[in-house]
Amino acid sequence: MRHVDEYRDAQRVAAVVRRIRETARRRWALMEVCGGQTHSILKFGMDELLPETVELIHGPGCPVCVTPLELIDRAIAIASRPEVTFCSFGDMLRVPGSDDDLLKVKARGGDVRIVYSPLDALRIARQQPDRKVVFFAVGFETTAPANAMAVHRAKAEGLSNFSVLVAHVLVPPALEALLGCEDARIDGLLAPGHVCTVTGYRDYEALAARHRIPIVVTGFEPLDLLSGILAAVTQLERGEARVENEYARAVTRDGNPGARAMVEDVFVVSDRTWRGLGPIPRSGYALAPRYAGFDAEQVFDVGAIAVREPEECRAGLVLQGRLRPTDCPAFGTRCTPEHPLGATMVSTEGACAAYFHYRRAPRAVAS
Amino acid sequence: MCLAVPGKVVEITGDGELRMGRVDFSGVTRQACLAYVPEVRVGDYVLVHVGFALSRIDEQTAMETLAALAEIDALDPATEGES
Repeated sequence: MRHVDEYRDAQRVAAVVRRIRETARRRWALMEVCGGQTHSILKFGMDELLPETVELIHGPGCPVCVTPLELIDRAIAIASRPEVTFCSFGDMLRVPGSDDDLLKVKARGGDVRIVYSPLDALRIARQQPDRKVVFFAVGFETTAPANAMAVHRAKAEGLSNFSVLVAHVLVPPALEALLGCEDARIDGLLAPGHVCTVTGYRDYEALAARHRIPIVVTGFEPLDLLSGILAAVTQLERGEARVENEYARAVTRDGNPGARAMVEDVFVVSDRTWRGLGPIPRSGYALAPRYAGFDAEQVFDVGAIAVREPEECRAGLVLQGRLRPTDCPAFGTRCTPEHPLGATMVSTEGACAAYFHYRRAPRAVAS
Repeated sequence: MCLAVPGKVVEITGDGELRMGRVDFSGVTRQACLAYVPEVRVGDYVLVHVGFALSRIDEQTAMETLAALAEIDALDPATEGES
């Protein structure tokens, strides 16, 4: 595939790895923020190619994983109502709630559907005016323009049977929270390339200056990731701390103005609680007041929700980059993709799922 | 969730908020909303995420990135003497 295969060339990968090895004279810990990048790193075995001087710490960039349990339980309660057709990206269906998950609601006869795009949910709402169609609007800045467009179109078309359950989160405030911890051991950041296609990277310039760390906008293919790592290590060795763009074929400093304008029309910045990280001020989106009629939390009164986090799950530490998935006592035994304790084991961007799928499971060898 | 895949725009219909297109991903063609990439023309490559093109892939910049990577490779002691 064009614009993919060129960035997987084995000989060039080896050359860039050697360049990183020559450049990194001290030990550096880099956090790749996005869960998609974590999966690429594990899938292509890049963590094993890198020299010992470069450690990759996996960040909280998995929207499914950081959606608070209270909101998952709320989604389950709404999806269980007989008049509701509940649409979601597939990842969300197996995330464990306090008692259930969305897939079990579907198994019990609930109308729960996996959609590829929020526009699919909008189409269902048009086709079935007698159903109340709810879309689980989960995601980072990358997904916000798509979800915003769906709400904007619903209003423009007067679709009164469509609403969204909003669980939108923003990357820079979470990074601010992580970097602000006294014991943070992050020397450099690989910023999430696809988030930056929308937002650009001006916000990251402020972050780099405030915390004096290099931040490199990075793509998802092996050579993209290695270029990002090389740029970050080069800056660290020179004592620099600025934003660099190593995903320039897709990202500009200002991002996508049309997409940002739509997001600003439909959403307002709000406080959000992140599963595993806790409450972070101004770290997410809520619907703007003029779109309140499309807010599923207001359309459906499901009452108070009491949540129960599984005691054994240590996903919070994994999401903060403080625990490697394979160091969790439950990893691969009492917690697997078939029987997950937490969202990081089921999401396609969860670090635990990446370690499980790409062979990092510490397996007992029968002798 | 932030997975975005590059594909080639093969058809454009509508305009403004309703600007849609067909995008070819190595032989698999899907509809995508092109409202956020008004500059895109048929034949351009775009990054598509949940049915929306979020950016046009800049061919010139892609060539420069690949040239820089080729240079690292050319200067690499392990590949010296080859080609």
